[in-house]
Amino acid sequence: MTLTLRDILNKLLRRQQTSATTARERLQLVLAHDRSDLSPELLDQLRREILAVVAKYVDIDIEEGAVSLETEDRMTALVANLPIKRPLEKKTDEKAS
Amino acid sequence: MSTNTRIILICSGKGGVGKTTLTANLGIALARQGVQTAVLDADFGLRNLDLLLGLENRIIYTAQEVLEESCRLEQALVKHKQEPNLALLPAGNPRMLEWLKPDDMQRIVAMLTKEFEYVLIDCPAGVEDGFKNAVSAAKEAIVVTNPEVSAVRDADRVIGLLNTNQVKPIQLVLNRVRPKMMASQEMLSVEDVTDILALPLLGLVLEDEQVIVSTNRGEPLTLSGSDSPAARCYSNIAKRIQGEDIPLIDPSKEGTGITDKLRRLMQTKIF
Ligand SMILES: Nc1ncnc2c1ncn2[C@@H]1O[C@H](COP(=O)(O)OP(=O)(O)OP(=O)(O)O)[C@@H](O)[C@H]1O
Ligand SMILES: [Mg+2]
Repeated sequence: MTLTLRDILNKLLRRQQTSATTARERLQLVLAHDRSDLSPELLDQLRREILAVVAKYVDIDIEEGAVSLETEDRMTALVANLPIKRPLEKKTDEKAS
Repeated sequence: MSTNTRIILICSGKGGVGKTTLTANLGIALARQGVQTAVLDADFGLRNLDLLLGLENRIIYTAQEVLEESCRLEQALVKHKQEPNLALLPAGNPRMLEWLKPDDMQRIVAMLTKEFEYVLIDCPAGVEDGFKNAVSAAKEAIVVTNPEVSAVRDADRVIGLLNTNQVKPIQLVLNRVRPKMMASQEMLSVEDVTDILALPLLGLVLEDEQVIVSTNRGEPLTLSGSDSPAARCYSNIAKRIQGEDIPLIDPSKEGTGITDKLRRLMQTKIF
C-alpha cells in the first residue's frame, strides 16, 4: 500500500482521502473476491469453519479472529489472523511426548 | 509468413473503452511502417471498425461470405487506399452470431495468416460467445482499459480468461489518461493500474478531443501523421509492438508550471 504526501496532508487536515486512493483500495478488495470466486457468504462460512478447527488445538480469541482475502500480482491469498490466547494444555502436550 | 504472423486480440471486457479506435490507429501505424497488416472486425453484433477506418462504403463481401465460401478472401478484403499495406476484413451480418463457432474464427484467421505479418482482431465487449470465438483464434493480446474502477475490474476478468486460454503475451494499454486528474490523485495512476492488473504496460493513450474529430472523418490520427497527444501515443505503441524501445510518456511530468511542480511534490511516496 502506498501513501503519498497528499494522503498524509489530507489525514492531518482530516480531509477525505483522494478518490484515486479510495478507488485503489476498493479495487483491491473486489478483485480479491472476483479472482477467488468466493461469495461473501462462502467466505464467512469458511471463516467460521477455520476458527472452529483451530479452536480445537489452541485457545483463540474468536472475536478477534479474521480471515480475509488479499491479492498481489494476480496471486490471491487467504489470510487468517487468529490471535492465540494460550495453547490448550492437554491435547497438544500429551501427543508431542 | 504464416508461422511468424502475429495474431493480436484487442480486448477489454468493458465496452466503450477504446478497442476499435486502438485497432484502427495501430493498423494504420503498422502499415505505415511497411508491414502487411490485416484488421479483422470480430464485433459481429455492433461492427464499427469499417467506419473508423473510413472504409464503410467500399465493403462488398464480408467474413461471412468468406466462411460460406461464396467468395474468396481477396474479394472480401478492403484495401486502404492511402495505406495499401492495410486491409480490413469486415464483419458480416449480425445474424452470423447464431452459428459462428471458434472453429470459424480460427479458419478465417488461418487464411489471413498466409498473407499478412500482423492480424489485429477487434474484439467485442463482454466475455460471452463473441469474445470466446475471438480468443480461440488469437496468439497474443492487448488489453485496453481506462483508469476507472469498472474498466479495471472487467479487464481483470478478461486477463483471467486469456490466461486460461493460454494467450500470451498479454500487454496493457491504458486509454483516456488525464494527466491533471492523475496529478491531483482523482484518477487511478498508471502505476496503480499496472500494479493491480500485474501486466506489462505497452503504452498509455492520453484523453484527446482529436480522437473524436478523426472518427468523424473516418481518418485515424495515425494516418495524417498528426502530432496531437493521442496520435503520438498510438504511433509509440505501434513502434513498441515492432520491438522498438520507446520510453513511456510520464503523465505526471506533463506540464512545467509551478502548480504542476507542486502537484508532483504532493505525489511523493512516503511509504
Ligand atoms: N484517447 C481518447 N480520447 C478521447 N476519446 C476517446 C479516446 N479513446 C476512445 N475515445 C472515444 O471513446 C468512444 C469509444 O471508443 P471505441 O469505439 O474505440 O471503444 P470500443 O472499446 O471499441 O467500444 P465497444 O466496446 O462498443 O466496441 C468513442 O466515442 C471514441 O471516440
Ligand atoms: Mg468497438
